[in-house]
Amino acid sequence: MDTFAALAHGMAVAMQPMNLLYALIGVFLGTAVGVLPGIGPALTVALLLPVTYKLDPGGSLIMFAGIYYGGMYGGSTTAILINTPGESASMATALEGNKMAKAGRGGPALATSAIGSFVAGTIATIGLAFLAPWLVDFAVRFGPEDYFALMCVAFVTVSATFGDSPVRGLTSLFIGLTLGLVGIDKLTGQARLAFGIPELLDGVEVTTLAVGLFAVGEALYVASRRHHAEEKLEPVRGSLWMTREDWRRSWKPWLRGTLFGFPIGALPAGGAEIPTFLSYSTERRLTKHPEEFGKGAIEGVAGPEAANNASAAGTLVPLLTLGLPTSATAAMMLAGFQQYGLNPGPLLFAERPDLVWGLIASLFIANGMLLVLNLPLVGLWVRLLAIPQPWLYAGILVFATMGTIAAKPSVVELSMLAAFGVMGFLMRRFDFPIAPVVIGLILGPIAESQLRRALAISLGDPMVLLQSPMSATLLGIALIALLAPFVLRGLGRFKANED
Amino acid sequence: MISSRMRLFGAVVALLVGASGPAAAQQLELKLMAPAAPGGGWDQTARSMQQALVAAGVARSVQVTNVPGAGGSVGIAQFVNGAKGDGNQMMVNGFVMVGALAMNKSPVTLDQVTPIARLTEEIQVIVVPANSPLKTAQDLAAAVKADIAKVTFAGGSAGGVDHVMAALFAGAVGADAKKINYIPFSGGGESLAAILGGKVTAGISGLSEYEGQIKAGKLRALGLTSAQRLPGVDIPTFKEQGIDLVLANWRSVVAPPGITPEQRKVLSDAVEKMVKSDAWKEILKQKGWDDAYLGGDAFADFLKKEIARVTEVLKSVGLVKS
Repeated sequence: MDTFAALAHGMAVAMQPMNLLYALIGVFLGTAVGVLPGIGPALTVALLLPVTYKLDPGGSLIMFAGIYYGGMYGGSTTAILINTPGESASMATALEGNKMAKAGRGGPALATSAIGSFVAGTIATIGLAFLAPWLVDFAVRFGPEDYFALMCVAFVTVSATFGDSPVRGLTSLFIGLTLGLVGIDKLTGQARLAFGIPELLDGVEVTTLAVGLFAVGEALYVASRRHHAEEKLEPVRGSLWMTREDWRRSWKPWLRGTLFGFPIGALPAGGAEIPTFLSYSTERRLTKHPEEFGKGAIEGVAGPEAANNASAAGTLVPLLTLGLPTSATAAMMLAGFQQYGLNPGPLLFAERPDLVWGLIASLFIANGMLLVLNLPLVGLWVRLLAIPQPWLYAGILVFATMGTIAAKPSVVELSMLAAFGVMGFLMRRFDFPIAPVVIGLILGPIAESQLRRALAISLGDPMVLLQSPMSATLLGIALIALLAPFVLRGLGRFKANED
Repeated sequence: MISSRMRLFGAVVALLVGASGPAAAQQLELKLMAPAAPGGGWDQTARSMQQALVAAGVARSVQVTNVPGAGGSVGIAQFVNGAKGDGNQMMVNGFVMVGALAMNKSPVTLDQVTPIARLTEEIQVIVVPANSPLKTAQDLAAAVKADIAKVTFAGGSAGGVDHVMAALFAGAVGADAKKINYIPFSGGGESLAAILGGKVTAGISGLSEYEGQIKAGKLRALGLTSAQRLPGVDIPTFKEQGIDLVLANWRSVVAPPGITPEQRKVLSDAVEKMVKSDAWKEILKQKGWDDAYLGGDAFADFLKKEIARVTEVLKSVGLVKS
């Protein structure tokens, strides 16, 4: 069937009043759970599965898609306002977003993230509709060696971006890499650094680390500074909405973020973390206002948020075309499909086009609804910042603890949260950047297992890393990114000498 | 305090059931633990049981709790220590837990729980990409015998059912199982990409996971691990191809240690009634699970044999040090 005709038919399905209602419930629930750290979209879909058992398949899948997109929106709200990323994908947003909020620019930060998410979600959904079959061929050819090379690019670009001193940035990164080693080794099944504690066998939960470092650490730090000089928070300084300048600085990061998010999200082991951080470091390099980065630059919010939402659409590519769930939420949606006796995969497009295109069409609708739902809320959200600091931070601590318990009810998990909180406090106190720790925890284990997989497949021959054209290209990019700053600095010195 | 109250409650329920027969079963209020995160196979089994137990009128309410971690090691530890003697609690488990407990050197073992029943099973399959030169299980056997290190198997986590199956396959065709080149992927999805992309020789998984790809002609199934051909599935078994490999990824439900024989009977009866209900049959059909109900001592026996077999295999591939 012609794609346009199919999409038009899908729109007709999704526009039915009942399906619109499901989409609305979905985005609402999704936004709500995205705001709570720890309770992600995956858990929500899991809890709703038995409830939706009696609904028709189309309606409930549309609702799940709404939850998925809504969760992505909600996570960024808390990341910006209270420096508590609801899930790992909104970590990059917290970096600049929270600084903006503290400087009284929470309104524009929330607005650029909402509009950026809308733009990216829409473009990526178009990509899903038209490119899915082609993209999936590419994604499947991406082997372990290619993933490893992609991780190298991410490591180099991301770690070079953080902190003023490379030594401090690298120290943080290595703390993260070490934390990434904790747990059962994926390839041999042996426990590493678990010290006989069963809860540690699954490794350190990314959200626990992120919430501990960002939110708890921040609360402790603010508490420790109170007697010195009270930090004055202004909820709103200047316009609540984006100024013309904000728009001008936001649209390019939105598009670039989409370009990172969608293809990487479509990779079976891509995820949302890598594109968001890649987008962050790209914007930091390309910006005309480098002095604002670290103090609240709008590009650093616009790019990662767009990447985040685009990757959410990207993960639907392997899910719908291969039946390959690449995120926890996608896995739950797969379970949802199976509940109705549907098997996503190459046959789904042929067997149930009404369902697939209805779902894709409802993604457009969910996106529009989220924008309508979120923009008016911006004014309400920034009021949060007017709460007196002791109350606000006490609330954040309660919030962070609740979220962690909800995700994993165990004493060990809470102790880890507290320990990471203290670590976050110390790192702030002694001026070590925090983000590289989280990046190390996320990327380290992926890079390790992909490299070892590649070597196991090649029977130990390291040349496999250069034989794949994709991997060779990516490694080349990583090398250039690593050396370029030194070369450029050398050239600069050379020129300076000539004068 | 809570647990003693529970125990008291359990005793009262048992007493009631003993006294007034089936009508009292309506009063069953069960707690069912899924020792995994929401969404996985055990969680889905627990939630399906919840649905069927209530729909069939066997229990008045069923509460599902998730205790994720380390292939069920965290869940079973909590279950054995926290629910001891409680006749109102049960836990879902399965094949994967056997290997996980052995590999994690868990202080708690499946010998400690009270077996109730095996519920479902899923038949495993070995697939190759459609353009692979390997056409039958014997072709793969020949390749394995020629140079076992060059044959790469992709499947789920290390020590799981896919890994055990790769080792059993190598052993069944007379190769050295210790040398298998097994490449674990997290979740079934990621390995599928590696197989479709031709990065590995063969892939191992549950049949339902690859069924769509097989029907679409992107993957070729070499063999199934069932004892006989499955109705409606046009894939030969390993057995009929002369390879002695029979295996299923089963899921079961167990009760805490230290419950009375009466309590055990109440739970066993409840599960048996659930399995026979239309609600359960409907769920099995939807999820594509095969009914593999095996209750009472027969299941206890089966469990013991599987533990012995899996531990032996894991030792042979070096995942468990003896």
